[in-house]
Amino acid sequence: MSDIDATAAAPKPGERSAQNAWSGVLFGVGLVAFIDEAVFHQVLHWHHFYDLGTTDLGLVSDGFFHALGWFATIAGLFLLADLRRRGALRWARWIGSVLLGAGAFQLYDGTVQHKLMGIHQIRYVEDLLPYDLTWNLIAAALIVAGGILLVRTRGSRTRAHRPGAAAAS
Amino acid sequence: MNPAGLPFAAPGAHATGAGSPIELIVVAAAASAIAAYATGVVVSRRRGRPWPWPRPALWTAGVVLAAISAAGPLASAAEASFVAHMWAHLLGGMLAPLLLVLAAPVTLALRTLHVTPARRLSRLLRSGPARFVAHPVTALALSSGGLWLIYRTPVFEAMHADPLLRLVVHAHLLVAGCLFTAAIVGLDPRPHPSRRTLLAIVLVIAVASHGILAKHLAADPPAAVPADDAQAGAQLMYSLGGWVEAAVILVFCAQWYRAAGRRRASAPADAASLAR
Repeated sequence: MSDIDATAAAPKPGERSAQNAWSGVLFGVGLVAFIDEAVFHQVLHWHHFYDLGTTDLGLVSDGFFHALGWFATIAGLFLLADLRRRGALRWARWIGSVLLGAGAFQLYDGTVQHKLMGIHQIRYVEDLLPYDLTWNLIAAALIVAGGILLVRTRGSRTRAHRPGAAAAS
Repeated sequence: MNPAGLPFAAPGAHATGAGSPIELIVVAAAASAIAAYATGVVVSRRRGRPWPWPRPALWTAGVVLAAISAAGPLASAAEASFVAHMWAHLLGGMLAPLLLVLAAPVTLALRTLHVTPARRLSRLLRSGPARFVAHPVTALALSSGGLWLIYRTPVFEAMHADPLLRLVVHAHLLVAGCLFTAAIVGLDPRPHPSRRTLLAIVLVIAVASHGILAKHLAADPPAAVPADDAQAGAQLMYSLGGWVEAAVILVFCAQWYRAAGRRRASAPADAASLAR
């Protein structure tokens, strides 16, 4: 790919701001979906595969987030690779978007999917409230942190991979 | 294999044992598929056009997986165990199609056939009906829709009583799986390629549909399947199916990434975007 990059024009400042954000948001959503599946379902066995309280809408929502989780992780990383080869990657903006995507999905999972649609609970214990609170507060913290980073990196100039750096990628 | 001792195959229906006619058909079909591909590779080499070496390996592995899902010990076990049935479904209906499609059999055929049959094949592929069947939305309906039909209608019980129907279902899963995989990540020439955004949407719907069906089977198992066998089979469908789907997504994104790179190389001033 280096021959391709050598011929590419140098990126303009602030170029591909949206792609930085999308790449991060997708990867963040995928990361949380992956942690949910790998850690909470398969390692800890806190989450149940299926719960008798699950609504049909819950099954559909769960199925689409399962699918989007895989797709978002992989597509987000390829968008990241594309930003790198264009020399338009801005890590601060990307990481902010990861936090935002991760927090948004975690909050949706913790409120709509766990509570409204009853797909499953975080853990099958007597007092669920501490688990629900921790889950959703972490989600809110991720959203706030991601939002701050995104606002602060809005319109700022591309720092990494300025002209001449293209051949290195 | 069956904890409750309730085999869901009807007595006397075990016709996939060694030496049965169906087993012979499957083995003969698999052997000729491997032989035909190998001949194509040899012919291509002799004409001085080397064929990438991973492809014959992919083809052989795909054919073997498709065959063991329809005949042999796994197929026999699948008559009494839902978990074994699900292994056969995942290997023969999902993994085998991916391997077969990545072996680019149509490209090999077009390259090695004589001019007249090659032209006929090319014309057939460009014909209206072929384009309709190969369209990603049609392929999605055939593969994902077909799955719901098999598991949520009496077809599932019927296929365990009738070896011939079982073979037809296996063939359907293999062919529909190949059509779908070819529509999404096929390497063979496509006269009318679909937009990648449409392909991405179709792919996400297919993965979602597979996951929803797996949980639906856990919630409401087919009548003849014991509860714990159904749970284990449904979880296998969800998790292992997810890995095969991830492989398809990976290939899809890698192709998109490479195509975007090629477009940038050919038109650097145009600032080609990743979206087509």
